[in-house]
Amino acid sequence: MTQLQFFIQQAINAISIGSLYALMAIGLAMVFGILRLINFAHGDLIMVGSYAALLLLAAGVPFWLAALAGICASMVMGLLMERIAYRPIRGAPDVAMLLTSFAVTILLENAAILIFNPTPRPFPVPEALGTAQRFGSLRIANIDLIAIAVALVLLVALTFFVTRTQIGISMRAASEDLLAARLMGINVNVVISYAFAIGSILAGVVGLLWSMRVGKIDPLMGFYPVLKAFVASVIGGLGSLPGAVLGGYVLGLLEILLQGLLPSALTPYRDAFVFIALIILLLFRPNGILGSVEKEKI
Amino acid sequence: MLSFEDIHVYYGHVHALKGMSFEVMEGELVTMLGANGAGKSTTLLTISGILKPTQGQIIYEGRNLSGFSPYSIVRSGIIHCPEGRHIFGGLTVRENLMMGAVQRRDHSQVKQDFDWVCSLFPILSERIGQNGSTLSGGEQQMLAIGRALMARPRLLLLDEPSLGLAPVVVQIIFDVIQQLRQNGVTILLVEQNARKALQIADRGYLLETGQVVLSGSVQELHANPAIERHYLGG
Amino acid sequence: MPHQHQHTLGGATTLRELRPLLYMLGVVILLLVLTQFFASGYIQRIVVGLGISLILVVSLNLSNGLTGIFSLGHVGFMAIGAYTAAILTLPLSQKQVNLPDLPVWLANTELSFLPATVIGGLLATIIAFLVGLSLMRLSGSYVSVGTMGFLVIVQVVLINWDSLTRGGRTFSGVPPLTNLWWVWGWAFLTIYSVWRIKFSAFGRRMMAIRDNQIAAQSLGISVMRSRLLAYCISAFFTAVAGSLWAHFIMAFSPRSFYFAETFSVITMLVLGGMGSVSGSIVGAVSITFLSEILRNAERGMDFGIMRLPPIYGASQIIMAITFILVIIFYPKGLLGTNEINLNELGAWLQNPRFLGWWNRNKKTTQ
Repeated sequence: MTQLQFFIQQAINAISIGSLYALMAIGLAMVFGILRLINFAHGDLIMVGSYAALLLLAAGVPFWLAALAGICASMVMGLLMERIAYRPIRGAPDVAMLLTSFAVTILLENAAILIFNPTPRPFPVPEALGTAQRFGSLRIANIDLIAIAVALVLLVALTFFVTRTQIGISMRAASEDLLAARLMGINVNVVISYAFAIGSILAGVVGLLWSMRVGKIDPLMGFYPVLKAFVASVIGGLGSLPGAVLGGYVLGLLEILLQGLLPSALTPYRDAFVFIALIILLLFRPNGILGSVEKEKI
Repeated sequence: MLSFEDIHVYYGHVHALKGMSFEVMEGELVTMLGANGAGKSTTLLTISGILKPTQGQIIYEGRNLSGFSPYSIVRSGIIHCPEGRHIFGGLTVRENLMMGAVQRRDHSQVKQDFDWVCSLFPILSERIGQNGSTLSGGEQQMLAIGRALMARPRLLLLDEPSLGLAPVVVQIIFDVIQQLRQNGVTILLVEQNARKALQIADRGYLLETGQVVLSGSVQELHANPAIERHYLGG
Repeated sequence: MPHQHQHTLGGATTLRELRPLLYMLGVVILLLVLTQFFASGYIQRIVVGLGISLILVVSLNLSNGLTGIFSLGHVGFMAIGAYTAAILTLPLSQKQVNLPDLPVWLANTELSFLPATVIGGLLATIIAFLVGLSLMRLSGSYVSVGTMGFLVIVQVVLINWDSLTRGGRTFSGVPPLTNLWWVWGWAFLTIYSVWRIKFSAFGRRMMAIRDNQIAAQSLGISVMRSRLLAYCISAFFTAVAGSLWAHFIMAFSPRSFYFAETFSVITMLVLGGMGSVSGSIVGAVSITFLSEILRNAERGMDFGIMRLPPIYGASQIIMAITFILVIIFYPKGLLGTNEINLNELGAWLQNPRFLGWWNRNKKTTQ
């Protein structure tokens, strides 16, 4: 494999994984922007969607329908989460909300362990998606291309949504200044529900893509993705939507770079290095690359 | 139009409003004066529903407003333009103004009002595509008021519109406020700049530590030595 | 709320004020003696576990209360203490078998319990110094991310530094050195230290400005230094708890010190009230008992007419639900920021009434 081919291979890798992180991070950013809540349970939405899809697939439902249902399941779970666990504590200090999201995560993960086994289950990938394109010795998995394409489409759609629709603009406004938005008469509950719904749908999509990439699912599958999404969001600036996208791709790039550049003795420590890099970044830009300075109430 | 009856409001543990009572008649421009911490902003926040009174009633056009959500209060025509402007920095001027109309249903009228606001504040038309954060203080204040006007208020609550602005800009804003008044908008104006406020108001109230300590027409207030000394002296 | 004499137990100087405290201490010691000699092994294990939890919760309380860093990664310090002490106390013969690749100077070291524990604590303190130094500049949610990052880094290092830690495999053969007296001795020391620090004049000032970055910055470097000190002390005791834990369960792996463990300690903290040291004690006791009951219930219960089937994992779920309920209905925890006033406690015992049941901490909407 030539240098160029190797480079292209890794680039596709980075963009593909970066796309997944970006989509996840957007979901986190939407909710954080308005509520100042870091929703750890966002990761479990991936798990919920994947298991829902798997159940339907096992029952013989065609793939596209099962996938759609999985995404809907994620959305419903996200809305439930908001209604039951987060709405009653609105206005609580940030830490309390973060901890509650931890509690929700533990709840969902253990419930999943109880209902399904903790053992990973294989996730069937349809023929068309499981193969790869070949260019000489270059091998590009279809799923990577699909991930990139899907992300592109969704990002365009989202951009349209937040700049052209009333709800989208309201979400951005609420994220900037919740008090002013309330004074303008937005229905806070509706806007927040939209934020959760969209974020959850994105999580559902990521769940399917992730499951197909990895080939299996298990009750704890959401943990690492949400942690990565979280890091991505922080890199770009918590609460900023463009920041989330930027952070996602930066993280994808960083991971692939470190994988390649670290001496082989140190490659297992890759995740540690990612976090160290994150902390260093935060020391220089405490609010992430694109983050706005959080207003201190004096 | 609006009457506050013996309102008590707590800000956390602090007893911010201790039995406030006042009223605003339709078509009037009433001003609320007082030092920092007297409870002026708290009063406005209570009217717009962000803070809830623990005691007392707020009667608006015959209906009791206490306990209503900010959403419903905005829909009944009470619009609060908060202290410190609070414009949406990451949104364009156009988007900011459109946010003002977010709960309106009459879309054709919204376009009309948009043009009207732009004529009131020509500088906003110039900067229509720019982000709110790029505007100067005065321009942001104009944007905030314009945004409030996009909601077609029947009762407009203005919180310290002159704060931190150059006298020239303050004059422009106050001219607009007077124009609004002539258009029939009822206005409750909270101000630290007593001089300017009394120039355009019909009546006024003086607040101190959460209570009304003085009230009357502008002439009466002007004549009052307390006001003369403390608020008009500077 | 009526003004309570919070310094009754903290800065107490007169013997009269100290008396209720001494009575309490006497009662606890008596209970410990009884447990040691009369209780079953099962009960003894619970009491040891409770003591360790106490150390964890109270040190976390110190960290949260004074430093402005809400440390989600504190379990990382526990891991450091556990592994360090365990490596040091492991008998030489075991070391050869389990850790054949240890550097020579370590392979030939075998320490007794106390020095090993203290060294573990000191190592954690040094690491806390570095971590705290970097995290202290951050604020809000970014700090929490930073502390989580710390935990992940610890985890990754533990899993990959095979020669030292056996990597992801179980680290076993740790001598069972923990007993009731070690644990509760350390627990008393921890509680005493945290109490003294929190209720010194310095401590009170720190608590007051804890969440106010601006005030803290304007007060300058000495404040930052003091916060760092509190964070390090907190890490020390947490690591000690780790060592005690390691020599109690005798076998563990890096996974024993990850986010799930973090959560149970935090639940105890939140239940008791984040501002209250005695609250942390109450929280630790309550949650320990609750988990034991739930763990037994998981095996299924027989009520005679009705039979509850075994539901493994239910205890975690119920803990999570408990947490959510506490956060919603008792956001300040059972005690909030107040300490137990022993006179009031006496009066309450005579006339029990669930304070605040109908008087929830509802915040006025902003």
